[in-house]
Amino acid sequence: MAQTRFAPDRGLTTRMVATMFLLGLLYVVLIGVLIAYGFQLIFVLIISGGLLFAQWFFSDRMALYAMHGRVVSPEEAPNLHAMVDRLCALANMPKPQVAIADSDVPNAFATGRSPSRAVVCVTTGILRRLDARELEGVLSHELSHVAHRDVTVMTVASFVGVLAGLLTRSVLWSGMMGGGRRRGGGGGGAPAVLVILLVSIVVYAVSFLLIRVLSRYRELSADRAGAFLTGQPSALASALTKISGEMGRIPSRDLREAEPYNAFFFAPALAEGFSISSLFATHPPLQTRLTQLAQISGQLGRAG
Amino acid sequence: MGFLDSLFGRTKPAKPDLDQLFALPSAAITLQVATGFRATGAGSVCFRAMEGGEFARVQAEVQALLDADQGPKVEVTRDRYGYTWLLVRQDPGDLAALVTDLHAVNSSLENAGFGPSLLVSLVAFAEIAGAETAGPETASEEAGSPPGGRRLGLVYLYKRGTFYPFAPQSGEHRDNPLELQVRGLLANDLRLEDDLARWFPVWGAPGLAA
Repeated sequence: MAQTRFAPDRGLTTRMVATMFLLGLLYVVLIGVLIAYGFQLIFVLIISGGLLFAQWFFSDRMALYAMHGRVVSPEEAPNLHAMVDRLCALANMPKPQVAIADSDVPNAFATGRSPSRAVVCVTTGILRRLDARELEGVLSHELSHVAHRDVTVMTVASFVGVLAGLLTRSVLWSGMMGGGRRRGGGGGGAPAVLVILLVSIVVYAVSFLLIRVLSRYRELSADRAGAFLTGQPSALASALTKISGEMGRIPSRDLREAEPYNAFFFAPALAEGFSISSLFATHPPLQTRLTQLAQISGQLGRAG
Repeated sequence: MGFLDSLFGRTKPAKPDLDQLFALPSAAITLQVATGFRATGAGSVCFRAMEGGEFARVQAEVQALLDADQGPKVEVTRDRYGYTWLLVRQDPGDLAALVTDLHAVNSSLENAGFGPSLLVSLVAFAEIAGAETAGPETASEEAGSPPGGRRLGLVYLYKRGTFYPFAPQSGEHRDNPLELQVRGLLANDLRLEDDLARWFPVWGAPGLAA
């Protein structure tokens, strides 16, 4: 049996599983409270589920539309297509659509509900700034997102948050309209609504944090899988350094437009001056990503 | 890849399937009989060199191994996408020897733990003018590329364990009719790639240059 150089990071997997477990637990708690207080659940469930389903189902087209991305043919962008072709052959995955967004923000993203309905999009800014090896590193990172079905995972993960958010709003709204409509269940009128409101708010806040933790783990996973795919972790590290260095100098209007789609970006389009606590970040700090890539580089070069 | 691997974001690099390569010699005979395409004796292995000293050491070892016999030396080229090609030449009549050489490259890389870096393998064929009527004469084979003769490569996708035909023409155009014809011909001899989207072009592949 041939040896393998591609050791999984058990710690990362464990932390990710723990995060997912907590999210699931949160979901159970929320549903449990709702049932205990006899809240009319079905309506809220359908709305939040339907919203997320649409977002997931049309994720490829929505993201392309929002980013002004255009799907390009192999004749229009032969080099980009050739790179994706080869990476897909290396990884044994179906080839996603390739798109280019006309924006000077150096970035790339991948979206789509399944590997066979995925789009990988790069901006003209990133094409201009990175050399071929670095661009390949970025593409391998994005293809790893596709292989890991990150759009689906994050959509499912955010379900409980969306549910709690909707619930908070609907309870507040019905409270203002003079008493929520409830089936008789647990406690009296006002306390039940208060409990649901309180739980919803707490669930929303906690799930918000957990989803961001999960997002950071997914980024690290994609870095890892991408580096293994090309065998060039240092090229990916160099691309990351280049892009992160450039991010602070980008005009802010473009950045605000880009923010809702940060989740699947290669590096988040947030200006460096905009101090955002690492707790809320969708992407891990640059140093963490570089450290992991350096480790992989050592692993690949080890004799044996 | 499994559901759990996707869920936990720990997909492993795909392992190569090396066995199907040995079906090539019989496919070459079918091809020669039906179309007049003959093996040129050139074959190549394409892989993504990983960074670090260990990969360089393994690659040097592979080259030394292939250069140990009397034949022409292995030619190493780096294409514009950063992939490395090892071009092996053998007697055009002895496709089995060529396949054995190619397989030596594969298994050395795999044994060193670099199996996932294998991309494709390619065996080159060229159309011999009047070959349909010709018997076993071999005089023109050394010439390699008869003027105007069409070129064909059988490309082996390691991760899929499948082949596809690639027929380059001048100006980065592909001879799609020929490729589809070859697909029909070889369906019984080789495991061919069903998904046409995976028949990606390998322009300027060593051994296939027109």
